[in-house]
Amino acid sequence: MTPAQVPLVDYLHLEPEPHLVAHECGHCGARFFDRRNACARCGRADFGAAAVDGAGELRAFSIVHRAAPGIPVPFVSAIVRTDDGTWVRSNVVNCDPTPESVKLGMRLRLATYAIGTDDDGTEAVAFGYEPA
Amino acid sequence: MAAKISPDSVWVLGAHMTRFARYPDLDLIDLASESAMGALADGEVTVGDVDVLACGSLFQASGGIGQRIQKQIGQTGVPVYNVANACATGATAIRTVMMAIRSGEAEIGLAVGAEKMGKMGLLGGGATKKGKKVFEPSGRYGAVTGVDGYLGTETMPGVFAQAGMAYAHDHDGVGFEQFARVAYKNHLHSTLNPLAQYQKEFSMGEIMESPMMSYPNTLLMCCPTGDGAAAVVLVSGERLASMPSHVQKRAVKVSASVLTSDPFTDNCQVQPDVNTLTRNAAAQAYEAAGVGAEDLDLVELHDCFATAELIHYDNLGLCEQGGAGEFIDSGGPFRDGATPVNVSGGLISKGHPIGATGVANVYEVTTHLRGEAGDRQVEGATVGLAHVIGLGSACGVHILEKAAA
Repeated sequence: MTPAQVPLVDYLHLEPEPHLVAHECGHCGARFFDRRNACARCGRADFGAAAVDGAGELRAFSIVHRAAPGIPVPFVSAIVRTDDGTWVRSNVVNCDPTPESVKLGMRLRLATYAIGTDDDGTEAVAFGYEPA
Repeated sequence: MAAKISPDSVWVLGAHMTRFARYPDLDLIDLASESAMGALADGEVTVGDVDVLACGSLFQASGGIGQRIQKQIGQTGVPVYNVANACATGATAIRTVMMAIRSGEAEIGLAVGAEKMGKMGLLGGGATKKGKKVFEPSGRYGAVTGVDGYLGTETMPGVFAQAGMAYAHDHDGVGFEQFARVAYKNHLHSTLNPLAQYQKEFSMGEIMESPMMSYPNTLLMCCPTGDGAAAVVLVSGERLASMPSHVQKRAVKVSASVLTSDPFTDNCQVQPDVNTLTRNAAAQAYEAAGVGAEDLDLVELHDCFATAELIHYDNLGLCEQGGAGEFIDSGGPFRDGATPVNVSGGLISKGHPIGATGVANVYEVTTHLRGEAGDRQVEGATVGLAHVIGLGSACGVHILEKAAA
C-alpha cells in the first residue's frame, strides 16, 4: 500500500504533477510563498494563486558542510530563478555536492523526494532542483 | 579636508573598545562598563555630563543592560535606550544618541555596544520540532517539519556564501580565490592590532584548505564568536566649541549617520538582500557628508564572512561597478592600497561580539583620524567610513572626519 503523502511545505502541490504555487499580488504581480498580510512591494492585499514554472537557473549556491545537529551534510543550498521570474530557495539534488559539479547558471528542473515517515505512517515529500 | 566646528554638527568626543576576546571571568556589565568609563575618560567628561545613554546588545537587550551599566558607573536618571538591531545593533545605539543630540534634547550622549557570546559556534538554522513525530502543517509556510537543510540553508556562513556567489554569477573574475584573498588580507592586517581577537597571519593555502563551512567560506573566512564592548561619547558642536582646544583637536566629526532597512527586491523573499540597503545607506551618507568614495582614507566594513566583504566593495562604491574581484586582486583594499579596508583585521580576525561591532568600527576610524592608531595607523587619514549590516536587515553607515587643526 502506498503511504499517505504530505508536502514539506504548503506551497508544494503534489497533484497532478509536483509544482509550486505562489501567492501573486493582483496589483503588482510580486510573488510570495508564505502566508500573507499584504504585498511587501506595493502594500495591497488582493492575492491570487499562481503556478510556478518548474524549470529555472541556478543563480547562487553554497555547499553546506556544517549545519545544526541532525541535518545531513554536505548539501547544496540553492537560490533558483525559474523561467517565469520567480525566486525559490531550495537545494540542488541528484548532483555531486562539489564545486566541480555545481555551476552558477546551470539549468535546473523541479524534483521531489521523500524525506521520512511520521509516527502515523504519513510520508513527507520535499522538493529540490536537479540538473536539467 | 578637515572639519570645522559648527553649532549644529555632532562629534565623537571620546572612544574606547576592549580587546575582543573570550573573557570567562568577566560578565557583560563588566565589559560594557569598562568601555563606557574608558570613553568618558578619553573625552575628558564624567557620567554626570551625559544627557542620554543608548546601549546595544543583541542577545541581552531585553535585560536592561543600559540601566545595569548605570548601576556600575553612575545612576544619574537620564533617559536610557536599550536597542537591538541584529548585527547593526551597535550602529543603532550610536544613531540613537545622534538623534537625541540633533533634536536638541541632549548635548552629550554615550553609546555603548557589548556582547558576550563565548564559543557560541555556528549561528542560524536548525529549528526542529519535538515530541511525537506527526507531519502537520504549521507556521507561515505550512511546513510539516524544519526546512533547514531541505530548502536551502539558514546558517549564517551559508546565507552569506550565497550573497557572494550571486555576485559571482553576475560578474566575471570572482570566485573562491578572490573570497579567500579577502580573508588573507584581514588576517594579515590583524597582526598590527593588539585589540584583535586573533592576530595571526595565514597563507592563501592555509585559508583555502582550512575546514569548509559553507562553500566558498572556509573556517578562516568566517568571523569568530567572542566577547567585547566598545563605547563612544558624542557631543554637539555647540558644546564642543566651549571645550578646551586640546579636546577639540582630538574630536572627530560625524559627517553622516545613516540607518536603512531592506527595501523590496524580487529575490528578497528567498535570499536576504544585503546589497540594496547598503547602496542606499552609502548614497545617503556620501550626500550628507559631501564626500565621495574616492575621498575615503580608510573603511571599516562588515566582513562577517569573506564573501560579504567582497560584495560591499561594490555596494559602497570603493571599486568600479562589477569590479570587486579585480579590486581585491589588485591590492586595492590592502592597507597600502587605494582604499584600505578593515585595517583593524575586520570581523574575520578582530572578532564580532555582535552588539559591540558597530561601535568598535567607529572607534577604529576615530583612532586613525586622530593619528593614534599606533603600528596600524593609516598615515594622514582625514576621512573614514564605518559600515555594518544586520541580517533581516539593517544597515548603518557613519562617515567621520578629522577636526581642523
